[in-house]
Amino acid sequence: MSAPRAEVRASSIFIALLRRDMRVARRELPFFLLRTTLQPLMFVIVFGYLLPRMGFMGRGYTTALLPGVLAISLTFSSIQSVALPMVQDFGWTKEIEDRLLAPIPISLVAAEKIVAGVLQGIVSALFVLPVARLIMGPIPNLTFAHFGDVLLITILGAAAFSSLGLFLGTAIQPQQIGLMFGVILAPMIFFGCAYYPWQGLSMVPVMKYAVLINPLVYVAEGMRAALTPASPHMPLAVVVAALVVITAIFWMLGMRSFMKRAVG
Amino acid sequence: MRALRKVYKGTGKAKRGGSTHSARWAPPGAGSPPVNDVVALDSLDLDIRAGEFFGLLGPNGAGKTTAIGILTTRILPTSGKATVAGADVVEDSARVRQTIGVVPQRPNADLSLNVLENLQFHAAYFGISFDVATKRAYELLERLGLADKAGSKMSEMSGGQQQRLMIVRALMHEPDIIFLDEPTVGLDPQARLDLWEILRDLHKRGRTIVMTTHYMDEADRLCDRLAIVDRGKLLALDTPRTLKSKAPGGTLIELVLDGDSAPAGVIAETIAGISRVEAANGLLRVHSSRGGQTLPALIEAAESSGRTVTDIHLLQPSLETLFVSLTGRKLG
Repeated sequence: MSAPRAEVRASSIFIALLRRDMRVARRELPFFLLRTTLQPLMFVIVFGYLLPRMGFMGRGYTTALLPGVLAISLTFSSIQSVALPMVQDFGWTKEIEDRLLAPIPISLVAAEKIVAGVLQGIVSALFVLPVARLIMGPIPNLTFAHFGDVLLITILGAAAFSSLGLFLGTAIQPQQIGLMFGVILAPMIFFGCAYYPWQGLSMVPVMKYAVLINPLVYVAEGMRAALTPASPHMPLAVVVAALVVITAIFWMLGMRSFMKRAVG
Repeated sequence: MRALRKVYKGTGKAKRGGSTHSARWAPPGAGSPPVNDVVALDSLDLDIRAGEFFGLLGPNGAGKTTAIGILTTRILPTSGKATVAGADVVEDSARVRQTIGVVPQRPNADLSLNVLENLQFHAAYFGISFDVATKRAYELLERLGLADKAGSKMSEMSGGQQQRLMIVRALMHEPDIIFLDEPTVGLDPQARLDLWEILRDLHKRGRTIVMTTHYMDEADRLCDRLAIVDRGKLLALDTPRTLKSKAPGGTLIELVLDGDSAPAGVIAETIAGISRVEAANGLLRVHSSRGGQTLPALIEAAESSGRTVTDIHLLQPSLETLFVSLTGRKLG
């Protein structure tokens, strides 16, 4: 009899944890959007607006760019919204101690962080999509007919990056957090097929297969499959399968690393 | 009973098993632990009773925080067993967390939330509704003298206020047992006295309190029973009064010499009223049944051995002299 009651309680505590993160996120929304969308949007201004007008870029480039920019904003938002608080909480403020003393399994505290990261990724992507479309003007082949697919890729991509964020935030020493941006995020973004379609890499076969370890590739290609299906992209099924596997791997690594930090 | 060896080996371990609201530390598993690790706790065996104000007294590095960490499910014991209110701290950690409130060594409030929100969300993490939590938060803030701080951010609170907030937070879910880890470190004297009052009041209201401290007077005045620990071992366990009565009789006198103290020690043993002579590393430590009256003879003993006395300390019989006699070093 007590078992089902305990279950209800765990879920209500999970919601309380989520509510806390949402309240804090709502308060910091302008800063959050600035932090996670400014860079992709600046890229949109230069490569999606200025260069095409100068004649350096074909107008069709925006077709490849828009889904990629969405994927990048997801990367920034989901990784950061999980990793940065983790680094801070475990590194010096110890704020999370309070939540680690909640009467639920500690893994749920980590799972909640991932869910919060997914929600923030979705907010960031939903913000970037219309703004980028506005800046770039009409985009050849763009369709919102498969919005369900867009949402699916957004959620899966955000889950993969949030799990990665959990892993990075708990595995990296606070002093080395700068490295996360330089050594992990930057290469991921430049070699993530966000600024060019994966098929374009056929010119450099080694690279075409090397980049497959990069989760961003699947998110960017998935966005292409959903938003600009008439242009070259990976099959949606491949993308979904890859993202599920990647999320599972990062989830496991992240959980293990979190537990190590959470329980001495 | 004496754990004077300064051995750094093995892994941290602690355990306790116990009855309701209480804890017992069983001996750790046999076998030698890996070399080079610090033994934070070494077969500590304790039983804390329900409703008791229990103190873990020891110097920094004695293993107190590790002990509290294990009992509050934040640290896994290497071996052994501990239960809190009948629940195993490893197997049944969520249930343990339900019955305990924890006041950390350093305030760790949620910096993104204000005082009231901190309390509301803490309660929510225990399944308590915001309405109930808000009412309770105001009551507790009032009781602990923080009524006007409900809307404040952490940066607007003094260290003492933040520490009191940690106590309010620990009480929000009405736990039976409260753990406090060196709660008065870094507080000014007045804040410290205020905190003592709060703790006494909580104890009067029937809460079991487990507190670590390295302040003798704090342990002496607050606790029903005290465990003196050092280097992970339990050295003594009793009421402060009984412990004090166990303190070696007479005044503890320490003379710091400018060189080897062994020859002076030999002479000191012949002085009337002097017992328990320890001489090592330029330190001459004796117990004097005639208080400071033996000082001239002691100084003479030092000088006749060719040494100069550079410093002198006298300690009256107290927990401190007991501690020194147990561990060979001072607390602070």
